[in-house]
Amino acid sequence: MLKSKTFVKKTRSGGVMKVVREHYLRDDIWCGSEVCTECKQESTVLQKDACMESSLCSYPHYLVPDTNVVLHQIDILEDPVICNVIILQTVLQEVRHRSAPVYKRLKDIIHEKEKHFYTFTNEHHRDTFIEREPGESANDRNDRAIRVAVKWYSQHLKTFESDTDGLKVVLLTNDQGNKQKAQDNGLLVYKCEEYVKSLIANPELVDRLALSSDDKSEITSSKVLFPEHFPLSRIQTGIKSGSFLQGTFRASRDNYLEATVFVQGEGEDSTEVLIQGLQNLNRAVHQDVVAVQLLPRSEWVAPSSVVLQDEGTGKDDEDAEEEEGNLRTAAAEAARKPTGKVVGVIKRNWRPFCGMLNVSQIKESTRHLFTPADRRIPRIRIETRQASTLAGQRIMVAIDGWPKDSRYPNGHFVRSLGGAGEKETEEEVLLLEHDVPHQAFSQAVLSFLPKMPWAITPEDMMKREDLRPLTVCSVDPPGCTDIDDALHCRELENGNLEVGVHIADVSHFIRPGNALDKEAANRGTTVYLCGKRIDMVPELLSSNLCSLRSNVDRLAFSCIWEINHKAEILKTRFTKSVINSKASLTYAEAQMRIDDTNKNDDITKSLRGLNKLAKILKRQRIEKGALTLSSLEVRFHMDSETHDPIDLQTKELMETNSMVEEFMLLANISVAQKIYDEFPECALLRKHPAPPPSNYDILIKAAKSKEVEVHTDSAKALADSLDAAKVDGFPYFNTLLRILATRCMMQAVYFCSGMDSDFHHYGLASPIYTHFTSPIRRYADIIVHRLLAVAIGADTTYPDLMDKHKQSALCNNLNYRHKMSQYAQRASVAFHTQLFFKSRGILNEEGFILFVRKNAIIVLIPKFGLEGTVFFDSKDKVSPNIVFEEEGPTLSVEQHKFHIFDKVKVTISLDDSNIQHQKIRMALIEPVVRKTKTELLTVKKNKTPKKQQKLC
Amino acid sequence: MAGLELLSDQGYRLDGRKATELRKLQARMGVFTQADGSAYLEQGNTKALAVVYGPHEMRGSRSRTLHDRAVINCQYSMATFSTAERKRRPHGDRKSTEMSLHLKQTFEAAVMTQLYPRSQIDIYVKILQSDGGNYSVCVNAATLAVIDAGIPMRDYVCACTVGFVDETPLADLCYAEESGGVSSLALALLPRGGQIALLQMDARLHQDHLETLIEAAMTACKGVSKVLDEVVRQHLQEASVLTGE
Repeated sequence: MLKSKTFVKKTRSGGVMKVVREHYLRDDIWCGSEVCTECKQESTVLQKDACMESSLCSYPHYLVPDTNVVLHQIDILEDPVICNVIILQTVLQEVRHRSAPVYKRLKDIIHEKEKHFYTFTNEHHRDTFIEREPGESANDRNDRAIRVAVKWYSQHLKTFESDTDGLKVVLLTNDQGNKQKAQDNGLLVYKCEEYVKSLIANPELVDRLALSSDDKSEITSSKVLFPEHFPLSRIQTGIKSGSFLQGTFRASRDNYLEATVFVQGEGEDSTEVLIQGLQNLNRAVHQDVVAVQLLPRSEWVAPSSVVLQDEGTGKDDEDAEEEEGNLRTAAAEAARKPTGKVVGVIKRNWRPFCGMLNVSQIKESTRHLFTPADRRIPRIRIETRQASTLAGQRIMVAIDGWPKDSRYPNGHFVRSLGGAGEKETEEEVLLLEHDVPHQAFSQAVLSFLPKMPWAITPEDMMKREDLRPLTVCSVDPPGCTDIDDALHCRELENGNLEVGVHIADVSHFIRPGNALDKEAANRGTTVYLCGKRIDMVPELLSSNLCSLRSNVDRLAFSCIWEINHKAEILKTRFTKSVINSKASLTYAEAQMRIDDTNKNDDITKSLRGLNKLAKILKRQRIEKGALTLSSLEVRFHMDSETHDPIDLQTKELMETNSMVEEFMLLANISVAQKIYDEFPECALLRKHPAPPPSNYDILIKAAKSKEVEVHTDSAKALADSLDAAKVDGFPYFNTLLRILATRCMMQAVYFCSGMDSDFHHYGLASPIYTHFTSPIRRYADIIVHRLLAVAIGADTTYPDLMDKHKQSALCNNLNYRHKMSQYAQRASVAFHTQLFFKSRGILNEEGFILFVRKNAIIVLIPKFGLEGTVFFDSKDKVSPNIVFEEEGPTLSVEQHKFHIFDKVKVTISLDDSNIQHQKIRMALIEPVVRKTKTELLTVKKNKTPKKQQKLC
Repeated sequence: MAGLELLSDQGYRLDGRKATELRKLQARMGVFTQADGSAYLEQGNTKALAVVYGPHEMRGSRSRTLHDRAVINCQYSMATFSTAERKRRPHGDRKSTEMSLHLKQTFEAAVMTQLYPRSQIDIYVKILQSDGGNYSVCVNAATLAVIDAGIPMRDYVCACTVGFVDETPLADLCYAEESGGVSSLALALLPRGGQIALLQMDARLHQDHLETLIEAAMTACKGVSKVLDEVVRQHLQEASVLTGE
């Protein structure tokens, strides 16, 4: 049957266009149910005995949620209890338009076989397609379409009633009108809440219900607390006319009544608008995109330096107003900043938040406040009946809405992560808070993995160079299972050396555009936590098929040079290959082989050759001005059973570390040059911009205090002066100085060559650089592999690879993921340090002053690579006499004067008074500044400003 | 807003067709009596009228005369009312010139021009309503018109456009699909021998996919040829009833 669809559409330029489309209605769309004998379907999704025990529906039934139920209650649908659900095409389309994340989650559920979700293409079905009636809104039509489809299903299934003990279809909707109409049509219809509450087996599910808008009024008092948000149309005109500004809302970490809105202007010109006071904040939440209106200049204020934490008891109390009064301290005219108020929210950026429950004082109460771990997020009011079990646990909560008469946003419980302070829970929390995707890979992703048992096929062999006879070996840290690089070195007949770097050929397994590729692109990088790894690609690839383990044939992408004994490159060649690694060594093992003069086998000879060349290469690189920076990295010795840290050690570097690194750098640079030559517009490169001179101020000042001069005009000058910087009797000085220098650096970033003109890598002193050598753990490398494969004609290209805008967007995601993974890594180290000190009790250690601040010193303890702040003033004690001098900088506390690099002795202990934010407490014991015990406060360790730099 | 989903997970396209299904094809031959041959053809919402004059002696510049075969002269045009927005389309704009040329090439391969030396065959095609696949619809309409004119051809020429989405070839694209960023390919086929009269593609597509795409196009063309064959037989039957044979 043929129908013509006619509708008008507004074009981008504002004109109105008529669109006529054909619409074919089919009679071959099947119902997908096991019981049906009428439909000629090949496979069925919906089960015959669809049993979800419910007190409302005592018969087996299929659920049909409407669009709003899917959008708001996706948490419920994801629960394993809910299965045998029919997702109508109307619903799927609407969800797709309204929320991309929910759409993705829904699709993942549909793919999962155990959930028995069936997509019914009702819009193309002859009996369920309906036309929009005159005067009917699009939403009403869709609601009607859903009802018609449900009706069709119930009639369709009725024919088989005899052998299915009354299988029925149940419509779930939260819309009162829709429900009424459905009942009039004789359909079985329930509100989502009613239904979920009726589920016998799973009473906990109720807490995961999101609050729908008509319930909100019950929860809050009638008093209006916030001004109304403007409608979107008004905001848009306001932004166009310039009376409103659009920007990202960033709440302050220290003061819940203050926030800034970052307004992105044209080019570099962006401003920050200060927002102060609950009324002006007007229900915006951290990271929302908001519209702000500037206040008249006379009402501008300065950011307050007060630390305020929301301590409200859950009532819509008046305390806030009092506190707001405190903020308005008279500020100098100069310190005042543009101040505004939020008039509307353009886009909410709510995600589920981790945190803990503040159990209400009233015992029977089901409404509780939830305190997120991130201090920038306001507290959320949730409803739960399991408060007593949830207390002391880390839980996740999603915000549902923030009505104008409620002091706090309303939310619902999503899931529990486990007891606070437990290792698994805390790990989960830090992954979630750093936005690290760490769920198990979905079925859709896993379906693109090669089938086991996997073997190299003859076709693979045809296209690849057979390098299996070569003596290839890999050198990695101990316990490494994702080996992505291997090396070889051999003497050629003409006396030169042939050196090969062989990288796991991940792009052979991950084909562009499929679900596996998309997942990897989204994850961006593998995240290494202490004792745990969050893989970018499924384990089958990362630890098996791609890992270049010893004595198995593996696919590789090889970069082979002919090098003479002066380490000059004569020839470079890239090829896809098959290798068979002869040994997987650790750094220490490799070092032993090199040092052991009795050993003379092929592997050892190869290693010695590599080592010799690496030394020359390194020297050359340093001569060119590459920096050797230092940052303390610690390694935990884990108890093999409890996985608790039992010892802490700073990482040791061996010659072999630098040997491997040197060749990886060489490969990366060679590849970068090749892909840039081949694709000047769309090569994915990595750059490290030179820091602005002002960044070095602190380094120069610090060095000067020890009468050492540091030149920062160029990387080379810096490297040289760092090498020369030595103070007698202070062997650690050089390392400290390098740590400081590291903090001055900028972040290295990925970029697309067509979008930028500055390619220089400052830290490595290379004009061009990219990442090629770790495709198992970095997505950037996969793209580089693809580019290189196209460049040498080994693989095919695809449109997105050549699109510089798409690639630039990808780079942004990769940069973000890398940054987050580094933060997560540090947070993990911090957490394990806490665990370590928890078991150790109080320790006294020597340390050095790294920075001097106005009221505190920052101390570094080299033994643990631990950094902490020692404060000299505090809220409730009389503060000692402190004098801070900018020049120097020095800090005099009573009689003692602290300089940068001073040696101090501190005592370290764990402060667990606040269970959500445990921290390492550091207190000074030597030199003694006061007779009385100095009152010392610390800042959470992972909050200390660390700007570490990963150079490669 | 998310873009259009050209192919759903369940395998349905925007208009409810499956990947290999053609649009509804309807045609009539002999719609005009003054021309030597004519046909009207609808493929979904794309509608075309084809008229054939000839073979007749050379008109206009005699210098173009070929001594061993007939010259084929094609003219393609679009009605001002053929799209959603009324637009004047003067003759000889680049798009229609190109299209005319393609049609000419197609029919030179199919019509047995060597039977009519020193003569000319005119094929005029007009798109009355455009909804994607203009070229193919023109070819199909013109084939019927040529047959109606009684000019011998090697075989029917059947054309179809195919696009490539999510690793799947889609047959007979409509306008929404054509404009949705699909790499599309137009193919004119002489179905019985499987010879390709014209193959045109101006989008990016990887070499590896070309074969599957051509394969899909050929299958689609064969589908078209079946319908055209039926139309011709139907027309013959009607004509023979009228003439009382």
